[in-house]
Amino acid sequence: MTKLRYERPIISKINAGVPDKFGMKTSVETLNQIDTVPVKDILEQYGSPVFVVSEPTIRKTYEEATSAFTSRYPKVQFAWSYKTNYIDAVCRAFHKLGSWAEVVSGFEYQKALNNGVSGNEIIFNGPDKSDEDLKLAIENLSLIHIDHFDELYTILKLAETTDKRPKVAIRVNMNTGIYPQWDRFGFNYENGEAWQALNRLMYSEKVDVVGLHTHIGTYITTPNAYSVAISKLAELATSLKKKFNHAIQYIDIGGGFASKNTLKGAYLPGKDTCPTFDAYADAITGALMSANFAPNELPTLIIESGRALIDDAGYLLGTVLANKRLADGRRSTILDIGVNNLFTSFWYEHEVLPVETTTQQTEDTTLYGPLCMNIDVVRAAVQFPLLQKGDKVAIRRVGAYNMTQWMQFITFRPNVIMIDEEHNTHIIRKAETNATFEAQEVIPEYLKS
Amino acid sequence: MKLKKNIAISETGFVFDPNSGDSYSLNSIGKEILELVKLGKSKSDISFHILNKYDADEFTFERNYDDFIDMLKHHKILENE
Repeated sequence: MTKLRYERPIISKINAGVPDKFGMKTSVETLNQIDTVPVKDILEQYGSPVFVVSEPTIRKTYEEATSAFTSRYPKVQFAWSYKTNYIDAVCRAFHKLGSWAEVVSGFEYQKALNNGVSGNEIIFNGPDKSDEDLKLAIENLSLIHIDHFDELYTILKLAETTDKRPKVAIRVNMNTGIYPQWDRFGFNYENGEAWQALNRLMYSEKVDVVGLHTHIGTYITTPNAYSVAISKLAELATSLKKKFNHAIQYIDIGGGFASKNTLKGAYLPGKDTCPTFDAYADAITGALMSANFAPNELPTLIIESGRALIDDAGYLLGTVLANKRLADGRRSTILDIGVNNLFTSFWYEHEVLPVETTTQQTEDTTLYGPLCMNIDVVRAAVQFPLLQKGDKVAIRRVGAYNMTQWMQFITFRPNVIMIDEEHNTHIIRKAETNATFEAQEVIPEYLKS
Repeated sequence: MKLKKNIAISETGFVFDPNSGDSYSLNSIGKEILELVKLGKSKSDISFHILNKYDADEFTFERNYDDFIDMLKHHKILENE
């Protein structure tokens, strides 16, 4: 006799309350394949946990983003934000599609060069550029986005030591009506600091002021803020034209587009509230087209979006380690995925899905990671299906920031694999081992015996 | 191990405790086990029954059964022993 499918017995208290107007989900969603590759096969071959990056999703998202902008504005250039995910294979996938590189440190700058990006297609942002970094960037004719006056004067000094004219832009911070206003990077617009910096550069006659840059914040869900930003940058550009008869070549609007992940405390899921690329493109290009640029001097629009381009392409697969009961009777499930790998769980309510269809029953559950630390909470409270030890789980939309902000804490960083356009899998970053760390450590002689 | 008096279990797995006024929902295996508990069946009887009927191994079921009974105690559905 065939036995029936087993599920864990549960009893749940019914709490009378006001249901929200959207009602409860009626079914438990599963995620058993990525780009037709079975998730179980990936876990079997590459171990658990494992990050998966889908190249077809990168391409699809990139094409969606570029077409939103190129269908509205004639001169558009994307620059891949290295800090969002600087695994070389990921960067190369974006470069293959036509992206330049946007870097914020000497380390990232070298990575971009090693990935074959030509110097004049590297945008060098950020507050930390050493003299050596700047010399190299000047030699390579990279686009240096100046963050503060100390950097500005360093560049002017370095310009005297080379026959190359540094290609520079300034980063501008401003009030675009959103909170919090990012004012720690670049020169302020409203108090005149940005205009002062531009004047200093123009009077020096030692550098080429090629562009203007801003980055108004992160996870911006109000596209209109970008219109305000473009209008203010356009004001600076037209002032340069009027005073110095100098036309800038580009306006770099930065990034900050939201992804479909749900922020903690949000009332509605991110996939319902995240603006489309079309909405961002409409706001940005609309403001550009209404600015006072001569038709033959339209600046190129540079976009440094990171999160919105890569989040959907990243998955984190793992395994249930154990189920426990907390003192108040709530269930807790321990996964082999923790905040060490899933850094974004500090600010997102990630969707954790079973890999196999289980039952439609769920329990109020806290999902913990494997670390022996109280902070290791993947989801504080979620209706979660009745998984058992050894069952597999998948977390989607983890492509942004996790593979750069992850911590080597208590255990190793796992394998990262990429699924290519033909649905073949490739390791793109090897899992760490004890040897990885032993190679970095030095034991003083007196402690060796 | 004994169910408290007056605990009502419906055919659909709805449980009502008239002493506290609280109500609960069971999944189908939970309902099956609770009904066996109500009949006074022992842990080994219940385990034998479930393992014959469902595709589960002994240790997994024991682990889940203990957790289930703990939750019945937590919700004060069982008599104090």
